Amino acid sequence: MTFQLFLQQLINGLGLGSLYGLIAIGYTMVYGILRLINFAHGDVMMMSTYFAFFGVSIFALPWWVAALLAMILTGLLGISIDQGAYRPLRRASRISALITAIGVSFFLENAALVVFGSRPRAFYRPEMFRAIWHFGDISLLSLTGYTILITLCLLVIVYFIVYKTRMGMAMRAVSKDMHTVPLMGIDLNRVVAFTFGLGSVIAAVGGILWAMKYPQIEPLMGIIPGLKAFVAAVLGGIGNVFGAVLGGFILGITEILLVAFWPELSGYRDAFAFLLLILVLIFRPTGIMGEDLPE
Amino acid sequence: MKDAMQYRQARQRWSTKNRRRNRILTLAAVLCTCGLLFFANRFADEYQIRILNMVAIYITLAVSYNLINGITGQFSLEPNAFVALGAYSSALLTMTPMEKGMNFIIDPCAPWLAQICVPFLPAVIFGGLMAAFFALLMGFPVFRVRGDYLAIVTLGFGEVIRVVANNLQTVTNGPLGLKGIAPYTDLWWTWGLAFVTLFVIIRLVNSSYGRALKAIRENELAAESMGINSFRHKLLAFSMAAFFEGMAGAMLAHLITTISPMLFTFFLTFNLLIIIVLGGLGSLTGSVIAAIAFTWGSELLRAVEEPTDIFGWFTIPGIPGMRMVIFAVILIAAMLFWREGIMGRKEFSWGWLFGLVPGGKQKKSV
Repeated sequence: MTFQLFLQQLINGLGLGSLYGLIAIGYTMVYGILRLINFAHGDVMMMSTYFAFFGVSIFALPWWVAALLAMILTGLLGISIDQGAYRPLRRASRISALITAIGVSFFLENAALVVFGSRPRAFYRPEMFRAIWHFGDISLLSLTGYTILITLCLLVIVYFIVYKTRMGMAMRAVSKDMHTVPLMGIDLNRVVAFTFGLGSVIAAVGGILWAMKYPQIEPLMGIIPGLKAFVAAVLGGIGNVFGAVLGGFILGITEILLVAFWPELSGYRDAFAFLLLILVLIFRPTGIMGEDLPE
Repeated sequence: MKDAMQYRQARQRWSTKNRRRNRILTLAAVLCTCGLLFFANRFADEYQIRILNMVAIYITLAVSYNLINGITGQFSLEPNAFVALGAYSSALLTMTPMEKGMNFIIDPCAPWLAQICVPFLPAVIFGGLMAAFFALLMGFPVFRVRGDYLAIVTLGFGEVIRVVANNLQTVTNGPLGLKGIAPYTDLWWTWGLAFVTLFVIIRLVNSSYGRALKAIRENELAAESMGINSFRHKLLAFSMAAFFEGMAGAMLAHLITTISPMLFTFFLTFNLLIIIVLGGLGSLTGSVIAAIAFTWGSELLRAVEEPTDIFGWFTIPGIPGMRMVIFAVILIAAMLFWREGIMGRKEFSWGWLFGLVPGGKQKKSV
């Protein structure tokens, strides 16, 4: 393999990793705050692509309006899932919330199958994402470049929210001790709802970029990215937004390089993330940037 | 002092008498079920026998799934993976070399596997052992650090099993799956396995191990400080559940005789989750009741996917896939409004049954 080819694959891996990272941010924030694996997160991402799809195909909106609208709707969906399904279980045992989460995930998948049909639908890829950029011998789809840029921008925004705003301060406080925070006059439910909303909006960005990349969508498309994004979140250190994106990058790059070096393993690509998760748990359970969360 | 001695002796006599009575009653109940099965075997039609078989397999699965989820309180999503493991490993073992030759048409079967052919029972046990082995392999890293990753690790493992079954052409025959597996499974096998599972798991739950498992569920930190090694106990419960799930998978493979990677989807795990939640997380009795009710009920629910006539003048078109949506709603609603399920954490006991009969109530231990 030449160096050019290596660089080429590296860029592709970064593009894929950005998508994992965007989805992982939502996982990591919710887990950091509630210690809840939000199984429905991947399916929330799937719903966002359908929102955008219908915005473009039925209401004939310009793609960016449809995307913005889809982001808002997905944020609302995330908040309503939290308020409807998880909030009544805040004081119940943790296993109850997890079971509800898997129920919500299964509900979204199958409701989407019934309502939208199982047939994959072609997703619109706007003009500006179709160009091909050339850097010397390396060429990449402008979509990949934009994906990486958007991810980095969102990371900065999320950093600003988490570390520089009052809401972010409340979020960090909740992640330290969920039971003391309400005593300090902070509305716990608003903080949690905000976290779900923010995570879902970012997942919507990831989902729409994902749909533009492969350009098709189907109701079960959220499962595998959801699983892999969780692995990315654990790899980067759960509870840490930088870690989530870093974990996404690492996962994406290794996955692409693995297939590039050993094409015969391409069938096992989806199994690789799982192996990585096991390895992380054995050798560094707190992840790369993670601090030890209290159980 | 003397009173205390007498009291203790009286209590002992009472409890041995009761224990003997309970044992006889349990044996009688098992024999009754066997009698019913005998009649079912002779007179029921194929569809009913199929359902009875599925009921037994679901009881086995639900009870062992409840051991890890309800009794130990470790949320896991593994049954479909272990059922697939047990099904594939036992099916590959019982197939004769000739059958394998007929199945593996794209790529020949791996040479180390092609000549193996063993009887049904060893194959079933091997299926269980395979599942238990992988459970240990997964449980080791997970339980060592953070138990709540178990759910996502097992969910991922289910995907990996599917990926491997699809790609490992020379061993699993890829997406084509295995056809023409000998139909060894009958009512005796499935119900026999269900009884053995129930016996072993009830004995386990009532032993000091079982009490330790429940202690871990209630408060892991407190359990650890009482000297319970939670890592070892969780691993024990997980691999035990996997062992029985693998054997149930082997039964399933030899019941439906055709297996493919598509068969062992997450839907199976989801069904079991509904069963143990509705039956009551932590109640083995509840799992058995819910497994029976669910298997019949989900057959009835097939109606929503087919067109229904209402009085002949109005037809509701069937909605394919609606059953799954209903299942999901049932699970969420049960979690939100009926977390106890049918049995809560209570178990059936003969003493409780006698307590229901007026006048039949024995003197409570003085």
